[in-house]
Amino acid sequence: MGNTSSMLTQYDIEEVQEHCNCSFSQQEIVSLYQRFCQLDRSGGGFISAEEFLSVPEFAVNPLSQRLLRMLDGWNFKEFVAFLSAFSPRATTQQKIEFIFKVYDSDGNGRVAMNDMLEVLRDLTGQFISEQQREQVLTHVLEEAGYTKDSLLVLSDFMKILGNTGLKMEVEVPVD
Amino acid sequence: MSGSEKLTSSSSELDLDRPNIEDYLPSSSIQEPRGKLRLRDLLDISPTLTEAAGAIVDDSFTRCFKSNPPEPWNWNVYLFPLWCCGVVVRYLILFPSRVIVLTLGWIIFLSSFIPVHILLKGQDELRKKLERYLVELMCSFFVASWTGVVKYHGPRPSRRPKQVFVANHTSMIDFIILEQMTAFAVIMQKHPGWVGLLQSTILESVGCIWFNRSEAKDREIVARKLREHIQGIDNNPLLIFPEGTCVNNHYTVMFKKGAFELGCTVCPIAIKYNKIFVDAFWNSRKQSFTTHLLQLMTSWAVVCDVWYLEPQTLKAGETPIEFAERVRDIISVRAGLKKVPWDGYLKYSRPSPKHREQKQQSFAESMLRRLQER
Repeated sequence: MGNTSSMLTQYDIEEVQEHCNCSFSQQEIVSLYQRFCQLDRSGGGFISAEEFLSVPEFAVNPLSQRLLRMLDGWNFKEFVAFLSAFSPRATTQQKIEFIFKVYDSDGNGRVAMNDMLEVLRDLTGQFISEQQREQVLTHVLEEAGYTKDSLLVLSDFMKILGNTGLKMEVEVPVD
Repeated sequence: MSGSEKLTSSSSELDLDRPNIEDYLPSSSIQEPRGKLRLRDLLDISPTLTEAAGAIVDDSFTRCFKSNPPEPWNWNVYLFPLWCCGVVVRYLILFPSRVIVLTLGWIIFLSSFIPVHILLKGQDELRKKLERYLVELMCSFFVASWTGVVKYHGPRPSRRPKQVFVANHTSMIDFIILEQMTAFAVIMQKHPGWVGLLQSTILESVGCIWFNRSEAKDREIVARKLREHIQGIDNNPLLIFPEGTCVNNHYTVMFKKGAFELGCTVCPIAIKYNKIFVDAFWNSRKQSFTTHLLQLMTSWAVVCDVWYLEPQTLKAGETPIEFAERVRDIISVRAGLKKVPWDGYLKYSRPSPKHREQKQQSFAESMLRRLQER
């Protein structure tokens, strides 16, 4: 496995960089490629949900199933594109777009009460009743000037999360 | 919670001696926010997402089982011919002569072990003594077959009841290296193939106990056998690798608490391999034990240090888990290993849903608390 990184040419790396809006340096992409090969146990060129879940730190994450559902079987480009939202070079807008995509599971560009409830369910599990979740959500929605029937679009998310100082950064280890 | 069913571990896997990860993990890595709950606090899932992405980019668990290929040094015009000479020497001179040594060892061992085993049925004491000696001898032949340069530090273990030895685990050769000095009775996973055959015939005679990792029934039997074994005065000292799996000698995974619940003295042994010639980590996913041995036998030498450390006993008010962690600390410090809060068995199974539930619980509680605040 040690030599796989040398298989990436400059062209390959540039292509991947383009795909992820240059969120990662060439070195970082080489590192990510090594990691990708490590996770891709079957060597099929994509990582299955099963292979992702073999990382215990990921498997215990409350949102892991939801993230895996966003893409089924990730190739290297998708892998990098997914992680690009966590790059220190990504803008707040890109990060919020990513969060929005996590909420917007059907991809119609609108987030309804239901979508938010689903994420909240992932995060809180059985420790809060369905009813309580609905109450809490309705309460904070109304406080922020929305109703429980509001459909939130990306610009709403920008308004709500834009000035909270999102800390969503993951450092790619480079050797 | 639709995903959690998928994560439920199989029923055959009883948690008899399985440590709880919660006991080891820091309570929560996500910082507790304060103040009144707002919409943006609920929608902001970035801490959880960041954790997930962090685990995808790099995680301490996978790192424990990564083989580290030796650094190549054949990169220039005059080093390359030297390296080639080395390959010729290693494969054409060292390897065949080591095979001869090993074969010789087997011939000597079997031709004396079989008669001793059959003829001395009546005299148990003498037979035990001879068998013990022969197994040690055979292990010396094995160590010689990869020119093991082993430095032992500290007092040599002696036989006495109510003590167990625990060591960090890198490869099955740990056992051979320790066994050549002292005939330990070891507790190990049952292996297939020729290793399994050795386990059930020869090593049985020094009191070794074999089990199958995934069999719940086996675990109970092992636990019982363990308790019986440590009571015997003339039994060989017991050796346990509490990690339960081979780790790459840079990290230690959590210790199973079984060895620390027996109520006896625990003697830690730290083993550190020097990787200058060969990586002694046995990556059982990638290679069979035979290939692993061949790799060792075609290298210049296996260099390692073994430390027999100060015996430890359970302190007043200490739980077996805390005790296990203390011993793990001692071994990690001595051998220069990093500790990770993971159970090595996660190589074979998924973490149980309760770890995720713990995160959910703390999120839910903090949410409700902040809702009350005005």
